[in-house]
Amino acid sequence: MRVVGPTQWVFYPALVAIALTVLLATPVELFGLKLPEPVLPLILAFAWPLIRPSMIAPAVLFGLGLFLDMFWGGTLGLWPLCLLSVYGVVLASRNLLAGQETQILFVWYALCALAAFIVAYLVVTLDAGRAPSLLSLLGQVVPTLLLFPAADWMIQRFDDGDVRFR
Amino acid sequence: MAFRDGPFESLKVPLAWTAAVVTVVAIIASILMILGDRRHDATGEAYGPVRAGFDAGAGPVNGILAWPVRWAGNATDYVKGYFFAVSENRRLRAELEDLRPWRDQAIALKNVNGRYEAMLGLRTEPPVAMATARSISESRGPFINARLLDAGTSKGVRIGNPVINEDGLVGRVVGATGGVSRMLLLTDVASRTPVLIDRTDARAMLTGDGSGNPRLEFVRGQDSVQAGDRILSSGDGGGFPRGLPIGVAAKGIDGSWRVKLFSDRGAVDYVRVLLFQDFGQLVTPDALNAPPLAGLGAAPAPTAAAAAAIGDAAARRDRAAAAATPATTPTVPPAAPARPAE
Repeated sequence: MRVVGPTQWVFYPALVAIALTVLLATPVELFGLKLPEPVLPLILAFAWPLIRPSMIAPAVLFGLGLFLDMFWGGTLGLWPLCLLSVYGVVLASRNLLAGQETQILFVWYALCALAAFIVAYLVVTLDAGRAPSLLSLLGQVVPTLLLFPAADWMIQRFDDGDVRFR
Repeated sequence: MAFRDGPFESLKVPLAWTAAVVTVVAIIASILMILGDRRHDATGEAYGPVRAGFDAGAGPVNGILAWPVRWAGNATDYVKGYFFAVSENRRLRAELEDLRPWRDQAIALKNVNGRYEAMLGLRTEPPVAMATARSISESRGPFINARLLDAGTSKGVRIGNPVINEDGLVGRVVGATGGVSRMLLLTDVASRTPVLIDRTDARAMLTGDGSGNPRLEFVRGQDSVQAGDRILSSGDGGGFPRGLPIGVAAKGIDGSWRVKLFSDRGAVDYVRVLLFQDFGQLVTPDALNAPPLAGLGAAPAPTAAAAAAIGDAAARRDRAAAAATPATTPTVPPAAPARPAE
């Protein structure tokens, strides 16, 4: 049996997330609408601990968070903290979530994403001395929640890839 | 004794525990990084070589990856231009009709203003050099509103330079490398811009909050803002030149004063970086500290011909004034009332 290694379920998805983030940052308007700006690595922060526990995944998530901070020009350390918080919570609740239906996973994903955005909101408010607009926050939360099918696909695709982690 | 033969031979740490340890260490590192972040410092050192190097690499990579998206954007613009050409033409004609009288008035006012400045010896600000740049990437979320520009220190761009487009002020440069610079938009949550209300000359502070319309805070004076007032940069603090157009005041749904930005009228694609740092850059410190009428003492002595002309003109003026003054003790009664002196 072919063992699915970290290259398949960690490095390739991380590279895809980076490429899509760069792509969506292009300053163009399509028919008067700007491109959405979801936090793509949140999908990975949710899916990776459910696929299997690993030391590589949180390290790569830390790198992805730093990439977001550097690329978007935000406070250094903001997105690593949010992504790893989600990873930690899902890792701790792994036994509860294993084998659950997609609807339950979506509710958990939504709660984790909201928690991550609340952490980011608080950090930015303390850092900048002003609370960001809630409407603007919704503009980033909604596209991120709509990306749940990608997380679900990853879990389905890689969950049974290695029998040692069943 | 080899390590594998020791008492730890059969010790197996669960994988979830090791993952948890790495996660906790990474979270602690993240918190330390947030505490040590100096992004808001207005110094070049705060930008740091790591961010500078990253931006220098991100610019070209984004240019390659974003090519299909740019192509799609241009294609939609082309389609929009094709279908809305007639209505656009009508709108532009109407706007042209409105603006023609303003153009003539502006030319006349510029002429009068130039003469006043010359007569009063005003120290006007010299024109500021500019560098044209293209926006190559954008972050538009609630936590950061910034753009990467494809012009850097090689074109003279420095941290703090204001950035404008054809409609008005867009933001300011917060990081610069050789070929790429990062611009913080007026809408960013960390952006603070001193502004004035054109109608009342009242001062205020424009503060971004991640939404499209930044707030107008600390407005000086009672009822000094009305909906529709034009907002300009005030130049207070020396960060921006005075008078850059920013937007129009409007009441937000939360009751606060907000500004509809002129720069939102179209896509911010090509921009111009004003190579302006502060007022000290525009004049030498000696000239800035000189007394206002010091220029008179430095005027060259008049030539003999000029002195004769000045004396002749002064004598004529004196004679004309004496003739216009009515005599205090007339010898004969006047036939008509004397002209009043002007």
